[in-house]
Amino acid sequence: MSAPPLLEIERVSKFFGSVIALQDISTKVEAAAVTCVLGDNGAGKSTLIKIFSGVHQHDAGEFRVEGEPVRLSSPREALDRGIATVYQDLAVVRLMPVWRNFFLGSEITKGKGPFARLDVEAMRKITKSELLAMGIDLRDVDQPIGTLSGGERQCVAIARAVYFGAKVLILDEPTAALGVKQAGVVLKYIIQARERGLGVVFITHNPHHAYPVGDRFMLLKRGRSLGDFAKDEITREELTALMAGGAELEELSHELERGGGAAAAAAHELEAVGAQLGASAAEEHLGLSGEGQEK
Amino acid sequence: MTTTLPPPPTAAADERVAQISLVRRLVLRPEIGSLIGAAVLFILFAILSSNFYSLAGISNWLDPASLFGIMAVAVALLMIGGHFDLSAGVLTGTAGLATAIMTTQWGLNIWVALLVSLAICLGVGFANGYLVTRTGLPSFIITLAMFLMLQGLNLAVTKLITGTVSVGGMATVPYYDTVRPIFAAKINIFGVDFKIQIVWWIVVTAIGAWVLSRTRFGNWTFATGGDPVAARNVGVPAKRTTITLFMTVGACAWLVGTLKLIEQTSVQTSQGFGEELIYIVAAVIGGCLLTGGYGSVIGASIGALIFGMTNQGIVYAGLDSDWFKFFLGAMLLLAVLANQVVRRYAEQTKR
Repeated sequence: MSAPPLLEIERVSKFFGSVIALQDISTKVEAAAVTCVLGDNGAGKSTLIKIFSGVHQHDAGEFRVEGEPVRLSSPREALDRGIATVYQDLAVVRLMPVWRNFFLGSEITKGKGPFARLDVEAMRKITKSELLAMGIDLRDVDQPIGTLSGGERQCVAIARAVYFGAKVLILDEPTAALGVKQAGVVLKYIIQARERGLGVVFITHNPHHAYPVGDRFMLLKRGRSLGDFAKDEITREELTALMAGGAELEELSHELERGGGAAAAAAHELEAVGAQLGASAAEEHLGLSGEGQEK
Repeated sequence: MTTTLPPPPTAAADERVAQISLVRRLVLRPEIGSLIGAAVLFILFAILSSNFYSLAGISNWLDPASLFGIMAVAVALLMIGGHFDLSAGVLTGTAGLATAIMTTQWGLNIWVALLVSLAICLGVGFANGYLVTRTGLPSFIITLAMFLMLQGLNLAVTKLITGTVSVGGMATVPYYDTVRPIFAAKINIFGVDFKIQIVWWIVVTAIGAWVLSRTRFGNWTFATGGDPVAARNVGVPAKRTTITLFMTVGACAWLVGTLKLIEQTSVQTSQGFGEELIYIVAAVIGGCLLTGGYGSVIGASIGALIFGMTNQGIVYAGLDSDWFKFFLGAMLLLAVLANQVVRRYAEQTKR
């Protein structure tokens, strides 16, 4: 019998008053594996990561950390158990040097009492070597972090979480605001983190980002699970089709056709794009944002 | 998925980048503008008047520079932490008045009075910081209210107790002689007296610069001013940092008020009024961004030096001193424009 998964949820539900935010959700995060949580806006992705990171508590079902049933009462407790969350804003201060950002809030000091001072050399060195281990070769860790690209900043945030003892890394839509190339860079670091033995929870609405790096895929829709698959149980096409929600897309193109003229043209375009890219990308293309249902 | 990585830079290219980054780093020092400004002003006034660079002349313009410099250091730290304190000027008056009233009117021991006065100043700083962090209102408004209240209190309470708008007679207070060496001594260098407040200024600047660049608190100050939400998310006690910074301003206001009171042996109710803006001017000339998160304590001190040199230099140069405020305003404008350029440069994505 192998070690229990780092994180495991079984039939977890979460209610906000009468709103069912999540119902009967099950998945697991193994060490050295990437679990992708896919879903559109309002699907319950953020509620799920908030349960993982201790911001919210589940109302039903079971949440196990390394086999032990838990209810995390605060982000601090999650951190103490090695669950680190990298939010979209990354929690970096743009004008501060990279190394100061890396150690912000957990600075290394030497000396005692009022003479305690920053161990600048050690922090510079650690920052440089930790980033190097993630595959980022910075010439100068003294440059303001705002001078790095979006993808690189994301990676500094990841490296920071790894250095401060994360066993599970939760990434909230790390590729959402990035261009194709930068997103590729971030995906590379997700694999890097996996190879260092971490369990990664990768939240995204893009199956094309999820499929190449994921070992397990959990699809959310309106607070319910559409399925929880290991990589060998699902193909990229099936994943994309599930995300697209085929029937709905068809309905949408019918509606647009009824509009006639330009809308009909848009509907044709939508079908074409949908066939190529998968519907979620197409919906974005048209500026439609799923059900838009937020807790 | 294909990830294209940039090819590793060749050694030659890397060297060139390093050279550019050296210049960049120099230009990006927040205090560089004020340093150049101070050098230019010194040369300018030295050409206009030989008295300006005589020892007596230097002592003369270091005098106002040192008092403003002490405050500029505290105000710069606060500005880097993302806040203003408009009550800092009148608080120096409050400090002096409190000590003077407690000793000359109520007969309190001068050392005890100084401690009580310090407690009052720290209390005002705490109140400012607590209200700002608790309400989330702009510190501009909170400290503007504090400024007006203190101004009123300075006048009303002093008049209520003494019947006049000034308190004097400090020289006759018991144990005044034990305080004087600390706050009003003169140091003779080649026959010219230099006031001890210059030493205080240097000490405060050195401590401020060290704390800002080499301690956790300094790191937190930058972070709190640069992005308070991000700072809190990584565990920086942002509220505590802000309150401590306001209390630092209070402590420095007490020091400046005390230095003035002990040296002049009297204090006016109007003392410090209007000076709060000069502290901010000095901090901005020294490279502090109005939006917080960036700046330098040493720069702010040099900003105060520029203020002192201009203040006295105009007189030495035989110019009409009515022009002083115009020069100050023009320098402020130049400094802000230069800062904006530097900030854009610093935030550029490309290197």
